[in-house]
Amino acid sequence: MTPALAITGLQKSYGRDAVVKNLCLEIQPGEIFGLLGPNGAGKSTTINMIAGVTRIDQGRIEVFGHDNQSDYVTARRLTGVMHQEIVIDNFFTIDQALRFHSGYYGVRDDKAWRQKLIERLGLGPHLHKVMIKLSGGLKRRFMIAKALIHRPPLLILDEPTAGVDVELRHTLWEFVREINADGTTILLTTHYLEEAEEMCGRLAIMHHGELIAMEPTAALLERMGGRDLVVQIDPPLSQLPAALQGRGAQLSAEGRQLTIALREKSNVAELLALLSSAGLTVTDLETRRAGLEEIFLQLTAGKPRGGA
Amino acid sequence: MNQRPYLPWLPFYTLLQKEVRRFLRVGSQTLITPIITAALYLFVFGATLGERISVLPDFSYAQFVIPGLILMGVINNSFANCSSSLFMSRYLGNIVDLLVTPVSPRQLILAYTLAAMLRGLAVGGVTWLISLGFAQLPWVYPGAALAMAVIASFLFAQFGLIAALYASNFDALSMYSNFIILPLIYLGGVFYPISILPAPWNTLSHLNPLFYLIDGFRHAILGVGDLPLSTAFGVAALSAAALFAWAALLITRGGRLRT
Repeated sequence: MTPALAITGLQKSYGRDAVVKNLCLEIQPGEIFGLLGPNGAGKSTTINMIAGVTRIDQGRIEVFGHDNQSDYVTARRLTGVMHQEIVIDNFFTIDQALRFHSGYYGVRDDKAWRQKLIERLGLGPHLHKVMIKLSGGLKRRFMIAKALIHRPPLLILDEPTAGVDVELRHTLWEFVREINADGTTILLTTHYLEEAEEMCGRLAIMHHGELIAMEPTAALLERMGGRDLVVQIDPPLSQLPAALQGRGAQLSAEGRQLTIALREKSNVAELLALLSSAGLTVTDLETRRAGLEEIFLQLTAGKPRGGA
Repeated sequence: MNQRPYLPWLPFYTLLQKEVRRFLRVGSQTLITPIITAALYLFVFGATLGERISVLPDFSYAQFVIPGLILMGVINNSFANCSSSLFMSRYLGNIVDLLVTPVSPRQLILAYTLAAMLRGLAVGGVTWLISLGFAQLPWVYPGAALAMAVIASFLFAQFGLIAALYASNFDALSMYSNFIILPLIYLGGVFYPISILPAPWNTLSHLNPLFYLIDGFRHAILGVGDLPLSTAFGVAALSAAALFAWAALLITRGGRLRT
């Protein structure tokens, strides 16, 4: 199957500063793919190169098999982009701007689709307001509608929920799931890792312009997300029992809580027996798995910055 | 998602439509102000000072100056439309709305150019209508006059695109109109025939491309000019072609639009 997006050997430098280094990735049709990384990792530069806003130094980008340099008309028709920065034209109303945007993509205005976007994104009451009079949240909603107005099979969302309220986030993710179910492939960048964990089937993590991880979200969490056994104990302890030292156990909550790293699933019964033999009464217990945030920090912490 | 059929002409048509609606939306700045300015010039040179000045035998000063004023409106407004619209898009960042779409460099140049030409020619046309209250023009070669106005509007639309791409801020942009276009217009023979200038100013004026546009336009209307019509058209067309090539190169390479 032709990938929705195929990036091969992509490189970009600004002067001596290499911001994207030999990036290779593929996104299959129908995926929701998360591209994560700290500020300055090269995510937005990568997205801008896919969208055609930033020129490519080296490498190749194909959208559904169409090179975005030599066949940019087709590649761009197949792509919708919601940029991180608010991009609006203050001269026009939402209604006018949506019609213009459809025309820029070479497709006649699809009234039913435009109406659906307007309704689903709550733009109806504001259709005839000029952009300058819209709130930040409405501008974001408009930008989503604008990215989708030509019905692109690949939708790129660059930090779509940055600085927006909970209601809009909820609306946005619900809508993204809906259009994904209809067949739209989604490439998403976000700083909200819980959103990426919840939304994305696969994740790639960039750091200093390089790809440092790319795998299914569940596999990444399984591979890197170790589990902890957290027990409430009585009476409280002033120090770790000798039997637990060297097992990565930590005492907290004034000696009432023990957190012990789990290396294997079978460890839980063994640990509980160990606690019992040490004379501790366990009043409550739970296991916790490290989330994407911890994994992200593990992967990006202490990575040296590569040379340009 | 099912995409609708692609219409290759639609991106150009939409951008042209958007550009025209943009200048109509702020019509008080883009159309009314230049027309009032032209009317004031006509009043000063047509109804007051003009009666005391004569620079061409058989023609009143108003008849002499009106073609220059018409072309001044065409030039200023063609330049202003392209330069302000493209620069604002770059400055505010909404140029990315175009860069992510299939609008080709050729379509972008043509749409911005055509919108600028429409505005310039509209201001020129209204200036001519107002001038009817001050003097009648003979329109000896009306087709040639229209062609010269079209070339002038095209040429300055290209210059507007180039200025918008090179300018890094509003001050830099205004320098193009204040320090290049304005002096070239005033020294290009709008208000006096170059032939009455003493040497070396007469010779130096031949280096001013505006002189060829203004003299050619006036020649086509009045039937007399400092230069043969063919010379004026030749230089005007070559200048327009050179600026078009420059603007096209900048936009096609994209270095000043794309990072």
